[in-house]
Amino acid sequence: MRCHDFPKLELPVFSSAHAHFICKMAAVQGGLVDAVEEKTIKSEPVADATANNSANDARAPSSSPGSGVSPGVNKPAAGAAEDQQTLLAVLQFLRKNNLSESVEILRREAGLPEDSLDQKGGDSTGTGLGGPEADGRTDAGSLLSRVTVSSSAPSKAVAEDQPDVNVVLSAYSQQGDPALYEVYYSGLKKFIETVLDCHRAELSQVFYPLFVHMYLELVYNNHENKAKAFFEKFSGDQECYYQDDLRVLCSLTKKEHMRGNETLLDFRTSKFVLRISRDSYQLLKRHLQERQNNQIWNIIQEHLYIDIFDGMPRSKGQIDAMSGSLAGEAKREANKAKVYYGLLKEPEIELPLDDEDEEAENEEGKPKKKKPKKDNMGSKSKKQDPNAPSQTRIPLPELKDSDKLDKIMNMKEATKRIRLGPDNLPSICFYSFLNAYQGLTAVDLTDDSSLIAGGFADSTVRVWSVTPKKLRKVKSAADLNMIDKESDDVLERIMDEKTASESKILYGHSGPVYGISFSPDRNYLLSSSEDGTIRLWSLQTFTCLVGYKGHNYPVWDTQFSPHGYYFVSGGHDRVARLWATDHYQPLRMFSGHLADITCTRFHPNSNYVVTGSSDRTIRLWDVLNGNCVRIFTGHKGPIHALAFSPNGKFLASGATDGRVLLWDIGHGLMVGELKGHTDTIYSLRFSRDSEILASGSMDNTVRLWDATKAFDLETDDFTAATGHIHLQDNSQELLLGSYMTKSTPVIHLHFTRRNLLLAAGGYNP
Amino acid sequence: MAEERRQKQCSVTLPTESMKAIAESIGVGQLQEESCTALSEEVSYRIKEIAQDALKFMHHGKRRKLTTSDIDNALKLKNVEPLYGFQSQEFIPFRFASGGGRELHFYEEKEVDLSDIINTPLPRVPLDVSLKAHWLSIDGTQPSIPENPPPVPKEQQKVESTEPLKVVKPGQEEDGSIQAKGKDKGLIRLKPRSTHELSVEQQLYYKEITEACVGSCEAKRAEALQSIATDPGLYQMLPRFSTFISEGVRVNVVQNNLALLIYLMRMVKALMDNPTLYLEKYLHELIPAVVTCIVSKQLCLRPDVDNHWALRDFAARLMAQSCKTFSTTTNNIQSRITKTFTKSWLDDKTQWTTRYGCIAGLAELGPDVIKTLILPRLTVEGARIKAVMEGPVISNIDKIGADHVQSLLLKHCASVIAKLRPQPDVVDQYRTDYGYLGPMLCSHVMKARTQAALQAQQVNRTTLTITQPRPTLTVSQSGLSGSTGPRTPSIIKVPSSLALMSQRPGTPSQPSPPATKYIVMATSSGAASTQQVITLSSSQSASPVTTSVHSATSALQPLVKLDSGGSTGLTASRPLQKYIVVSLPPSASSSLEPKSTVIPTPIPSASLDGGLKLERSDSPGVRTQSPH
Repeated sequence: MRCHDFPKLELPVFSSAHAHFICKMAAVQGGLVDAVEEKTIKSEPVADATANNSANDARAPSSSPGSGVSPGVNKPAAGAAEDQQTLLAVLQFLRKNNLSESVEILRREAGLPEDSLDQKGGDSTGTGLGGPEADGRTDAGSLLSRVTVSSSAPSKAVAEDQPDVNVVLSAYSQQGDPALYEVYYSGLKKFIETVLDCHRAELSQVFYPLFVHMYLELVYNNHENKAKAFFEKFSGDQECYYQDDLRVLCSLTKKEHMRGNETLLDFRTSKFVLRISRDSYQLLKRHLQERQNNQIWNIIQEHLYIDIFDGMPRSKGQIDAMSGSLAGEAKREANKAKVYYGLLKEPEIELPLDDEDEEAENEEGKPKKKKPKKDNMGSKSKKQDPNAPSQTRIPLPELKDSDKLDKIMNMKEATKRIRLGPDNLPSICFYSFLNAYQGLTAVDLTDDSSLIAGGFADSTVRVWSVTPKKLRKVKSAADLNMIDKESDDVLERIMDEKTASESKILYGHSGPVYGISFSPDRNYLLSSSEDGTIRLWSLQTFTCLVGYKGHNYPVWDTQFSPHGYYFVSGGHDRVARLWATDHYQPLRMFSGHLADITCTRFHPNSNYVVTGSSDRTIRLWDVLNGNCVRIFTGHKGPIHALAFSPNGKFLASGATDGRVLLWDIGHGLMVGELKGHTDTIYSLRFSRDSEILASGSMDNTVRLWDATKAFDLETDDFTAATGHIHLQDNSQELLLGSYMTKSTPVIHLHFTRRNLLLAAGGYNP
Repeated sequence: MAEERRQKQCSVTLPTESMKAIAESIGVGQLQEESCTALSEEVSYRIKEIAQDALKFMHHGKRRKLTTSDIDNALKLKNVEPLYGFQSQEFIPFRFASGGGRELHFYEEKEVDLSDIINTPLPRVPLDVSLKAHWLSIDGTQPSIPENPPPVPKEQQKVESTEPLKVVKPGQEEDGSIQAKGKDKGLIRLKPRSTHELSVEQQLYYKEITEACVGSCEAKRAEALQSIATDPGLYQMLPRFSTFISEGVRVNVVQNNLALLIYLMRMVKALMDNPTLYLEKYLHELIPAVVTCIVSKQLCLRPDVDNHWALRDFAARLMAQSCKTFSTTTNNIQSRITKTFTKSWLDDKTQWTTRYGCIAGLAELGPDVIKTLILPRLTVEGARIKAVMEGPVISNIDKIGADHVQSLLLKHCASVIAKLRPQPDVVDQYRTDYGYLGPMLCSHVMKARTQAALQAQQVNRTTLTITQPRPTLTVSQSGLSGSTGPRTPSIIKVPSSLALMSQRPGTPSQPSPPATKYIVMATSSGAASTQQVITLSSSQSASPVTTSVHSATSALQPLVKLDSGGSTGLTASRPLQKYIVVSLPPSASSSLEPKSTVIPTPIPSASLDGGLKLERSDSPGVRTQSPH
């Protein structure tokens, strides 16, 4: 696109970003080597990655000439060294796999001297490049594992990788006297129980990670019975929200089981993060040192990351609100990066077009005078939001005429929009899928609410028109030749009237369809499936255009960017991928989650994507550089629903625990908790003006919440700085309405442009 | 408690016996104990792992139920070939069997005859997925349409009517507080006023429905009644309906409009059938209306011709139903109703019509009421009937009334007496016990017993061919096992499943099935088995036709095999057993000397039949063990 003007200036940024990307990809690919069906992909990844590189030069991360991003702006100085280390690791990996051409290209691009790699082999730790956990091992496996750990987010090494597992497990080889484990643990327990009240809650956080690591150590060293006894004795003390993990843990009783168990690897590869005040920490440290309790101290040193802050210790409630994720809370600095959550400026649309359209519409009626209303429409978004990213931070597709028309329609509809509020609740229209015995697994509606699509467990995708306008296919090539291309209604003529029907079925997947998303221009439909592919369907011909392969495992969710062209997907392989419709390889891979990515959403300004995961965290990723810029913890179950507020400032998330949590993206804080649902929340949606939040759940209800009130709070500097939140329990005040269906779980919600709420689900007789 | 559960989770592993059983099933004979332990631990761990993955698929499939396809998908994740052939959305019943010191859980697979499948007509193609839109909420309120759940759930209606002070409805709370502003707050809090404003649509609906219910078009009426019985949104209209009914009865009783009264009672029935309505609040209007239709002196213009008896029966049944549903210790509906009926029945001056109604009302309340209130008065009532029937003819109407009362008494009392009195039924004894009605009762009782026996036989037969509902089989056999000499068939106890049906066996409208075949089976050890097919005809002249069929038909074959194949060998050495049921229908319905006998040929070792019964209930287990 614009890249041609300033190719040289940009290169360093690219290469570092790409190094990240390739590195992560390499880690993943390396991990999957033994799976048979991955052969094709395995043979190509690097070549494709480089191809991608050049392709990306032309589009994805090019920044505007005005803002001229320099390496220092986006990355802290420390990051540079880290990046170089990452690069070296990638180079080594490539070389090891005899991909000399790629090595050459990457080296050239990154501007590294030829011998840098050779040096590195010897003194990688000595040169000071090593991260905090430099352990001196130099083989590729350990390097890889370290790189993944020390990269911006604690990313995970894929389970099946043989050498990696051994490295991971060897951490447990240190032997203590197995009989003493119980003594150690109960000693600590006694100490924490007798400590001052204000410290007790904070120190209790140590219990769970300690318990897990001690148990794993016992199991690793083949003390099966001791491990069982240990588990039975202390598992009851753990917080109830860890129950799911404990269940996994308790089934693991042998060293052999540890190989290939993801939960275990997560515990090892990621340090469990605790936030403890300095006073409490000193107390704990003193106690452990007095008692010479090295076993526990070792574990704390090695497997825990203790984020110490100055000031008052937190209360139990504050801790409980934030904990619950698989790897503890987010580190404070993880949420400090600047996020441009503002909206992009709406493109100026020539008003004459508006008038023409207006007249065309009112042809038979009285031709209207020029309205004053268009002025305020135009001025609505003239001012640049200070929090918005620059318009060209992410290259977006240019608007086509049809897109402009759609925008105009949107604005017109917006003027007829109902102002919602606690006294003015929306009407809800419910679309029930009847006879869906095969199982309805995903639903999506177009922005203008004209089409509805359902993904089913029998691998089909069905599209319905919910307006009187029927669905028609484009004529066949032979017939298209016959029509007059010059005629005015050529777009009408290309459609085949004979194929008009209310619904169409799209066949192609070979497994249940779990995610579905319409493109904003209503020309395409994306579907992601258990078969590991994402398919792009044309809604003109109702055929499959592309199958995007790369996930290899079930893809749980996919979504188009609000501006089209890009889409994001996430699945069982724990990596979210950013794709562009015209690339069959992903542009970005976001790795860092410790368990399945269950849902993915684009930020309204297309610069960020958010992913929810079974590890009970939510991560916000920057599309530009692939960094994780926010980690939200607090859910106690896998997250199944996410929604950005239309102004881009807030995020709502729903999980299997039936709670909706509200987040302030700018500050990186939890700002609210909505309790009321009794089962998994599968759908969340804000009304068009952000006044109402609607949530749909497996418990067959749609609930409406007062979003204005929920977000109407001042974040003081102290809270912003420390991240200590005080949540008030006002769910009942915020709940505006609860509507029960007969026997239909609510799996999708959508506000029309006029603020009518549409809900959808499959009827369960 | 959570702790306990978790401990349990920790220790759950498959028993080593399962490993052995599985190993044997694939031909590995001797598996060492240690290998079994190691295997069971490993297998348990893997199963748990797969189950956890399968749960993910369930969650993403937006279901609450784990299906076999989830397991398949979880296996696929682990690169394991999924299990083929277990595609079922439904619950797969695992069955349990024990025998030979072993306990097994297994999945019962029936052998299916392919030709059967080919010959059966294809099932209808399931309907395609379709999309239907409805309003879940209009401006914040949920419309009461069939697509939505009832606005006020039945439980809440119940709470509202039984404990009005506790009710806090989200919608009404606001109303209450608004109204409370002008008035005394405390009062309003105590008794929240429930509003029953009807929307225009509801008013239209109400008008249409009521008009259709009492109108002349029967098709429309059926539709309207259907709507009342199923529509979930009628709660708001309930007070109007109940007033409509009670006023309607009041007016039409005076005008003796039988048809309208019947229509109104049908409306009551429909309201009661509606699963979303709780009528308790409106019983004060409905019960008087219903009782009126039971006991009113005159319900029609021509009492000698019109069948107002049917209306009384119908209303009595309604009454009994509402007693059953709504009677509590606080409202005491049943006892109050019983008292009302008894009082007017005992009154000498009561007319035959009212008398009939009282008895019908009481009789419908169940056998206990019949036993305690009606049976003791049979003699008195019999004398009264005799006076009318055999005395000088006073009025035709009285005679008809007495006749109806008589048949009513016979109908209801016979089944109760059949259960109460020991056999045999001797006419003279009945006469002394029940007076004038005695002989007739005796015949009715005998008829009732025969019918019960036949029904038991019928059930018996189905169990023999299908081998499914075992409890009924058990009962009938235990009945037979007790018989040592020639006994009447009534010894065959009515199976529990039939108890409801046979409560009212004497209804004249219920003809016995024409020419039913009863198969009586005979088994001999190893030798050819014989079956006797007895054709019973209800026609008066026919004598039972008995056919002997040599060698069992295919339907019976499996059972025969099972009997002799039992591992405990209880039945294998048993000599021939033969049950023949012969039933001679009475030559005329009015005959007082019915003949009904069963001649079981000597049944040896009766006590062993218990063993036979046991064998049958475990038959599938036996089948699976046979390969050993």
